[in-house]
Amino acid sequence: MLCLVETDDGVVIEASLRALSFARSLAQSSQARLVAALVGEIPEMTASTLGSFGVDEAYAITSAKLDAYAPVAWAQSLRQLQAACGASSLLAAGSDRGNEVMAHVGALSAEPMAANCFAATRIDNETVRISRQRWAGSLIEDSLLRATPALMTVAFDGVSSQRAEQSTTTTVQAFEPHLDESDLATHVAQWTGRSSGISLADARIVVGGGRGVGSAEGFAALDELAELLGGAVGVSRAVTSLGWRPHNQQVGQTGTRIAPDLYLVSGISGATQHLAGCQSAKRVVAINIDPDAPIISRADYAVIGDLNLVIPALVAAIRERSSMTS
Amino acid sequence: MNVLVCIKRVAMVGARIVVTPDGQEIDTRQLGFTVSPHEECAVEEAVRVVERLGGAVSVVTLGPSEASEQLRDAAAIGATHLVHLKTDGREWDPIATAQALVEVVHQLEAERGVYDLILFGNEAPDTGDYQVGIRVAHSLQRPCVAGVKNLEVTEQSALARREFRGGDELFELELPCVLSVKEGINLPRYPSLPGRMRAKKAVIEEFAPVWRASSVIKEGLRVPNVTRERAEILGTGIGAVPALLALLEQIGVLT
Repeated sequence: MLCLVETDDGVVIEASLRALSFARSLAQSSQARLVAALVGEIPEMTASTLGSFGVDEAYAITSAKLDAYAPVAWAQSLRQLQAACGASSLLAAGSDRGNEVMAHVGALSAEPMAANCFAATRIDNETVRISRQRWAGSLIEDSLLRATPALMTVAFDGVSSQRAEQSTTTTVQAFEPHLDESDLATHVAQWTGRSSGISLADARIVVGGGRGVGSAEGFAALDELAELLGGAVGVSRAVTSLGWRPHNQQVGQTGTRIAPDLYLVSGISGATQHLAGCQSAKRVVAINIDPDAPIISRADYAVIGDLNLVIPALVAAIRERSSMTS
Repeated sequence: MNVLVCIKRVAMVGARIVVTPDGQEIDTRQLGFTVSPHEECAVEEAVRVVERLGGAVSVVTLGPSEASEQLRDAAAIGATHLVHLKTDGREWDPIATAQALVEVVHQLEAERGVYDLILFGNEAPDTGDYQVGIRVAHSLQRPCVAGVKNLEVTEQSALARREFRGGDELFELELPCVLSVKEGINLPRYPSLPGRMRAKKAVIEEFAPVWRASSVIKEGLRVPNVTRERAEILGTGIGAVPALLALLEQIGVLT
């Protein structure tokens, strides 16, 4: 069982922790070792995270040719490592990068790749029974994946990150892949770092607004609320299609997937397209004028009313509260 | 500049998907059909490239007879060559889909010249496989980038940008290449009336590809059990604000 692990500034990303949790349960069901693959050096801190997730061995894929991200080179490296360690399954997080690299692995090996799986059990040497997400999680497909190695990515929504009951001591080894120029032809030529401010994908609090906000100007109150709460504003597809807000603020199947502690969502009815993007929100509080809107049945708490009255009143109440406490 | 866009007819699902009694597909009897937002943007991007650099936009779909509607929608905003790989309604897996597309690309390129750009949507909304474009690129031995949100094309190359963890990745690809794009790369135009009239009369070139069995054997589809209880109603209108404030305090959002 070989799992690609992605890191950001040396820290294993949440999507990869979830992939490792998934991989560990599949490894246990098939009595396989859990092996992690990382591109670049593996610092001690990272190795200890891997150990707490039950990783037996970790390979640092190292090559001067891998300084810049190159999807085909990553895929080739994983294939070579999989062959070297004889893993019967190869998987990655269902992140943009994970899905891309695994699709290249599938194409290079002419084998199927099952994207966004959230459950898997090995049936026999050639077969894994999988459950995977369709429609961004609104529908489940149960299938038999008959291929060796079984190639999968792991759905972000639908798998939680769980540490192993017993930590392991992860053995770290270097692995140098053999890469041709053609594997490196497509690579990141330039990387512009993240802009300051809270990104929607990482925000702990998201204030959501939909068509019900009524106009681009109507978002001023939501911006103010988001600022007061230290959160980010997220919007529905209708809002970006109307040009009220930029697409990078869109929450949904074709926008950003969010996983905040609180999603305070108003003026959004709750189409599948939108709900697909907020499945991992811990708490959903909906403000909607229609008590029968689908978002109400997905929310934990709801206020039935006009957001254009409720939000400014809430902003005023929060300001009053902070002026009293300060 | 020859551009080919690959699109897929999919149902417009509502808030809850209904599965047919045999559990093999979704019940689409009450539903309309469309293409994914990513693909609408792919068609728009192709039209913009050709408006700037000259050339023609071809659009291909693999799907049932009714998928001609989606080809005509693309023609209404500027695609001039429509290609339909007609299927009998069975589901095609990503490997078979890519293979059928590659075969038709070879055939069309022999007649009409190389497609400088082949565009896909980042993923199909229904099956969410994230791989058909990448498989096509490998078969054609062309470079490929997924998730593109900004594109600058010249006669020789494509500069493709995409978001990555709050930052921006830039790729430079030689043409011909394959790209899958994401919604947000542009805001697609609405079809004009003359565009819609042209689309009605547009000729569709048809092919009959051979279905191939998948090594991912579908046992069935089901709707996830969402056992969430109905929301606790905090109140109505601004009268609910004190309860809302108390909730925010209780969950530690206000300190």
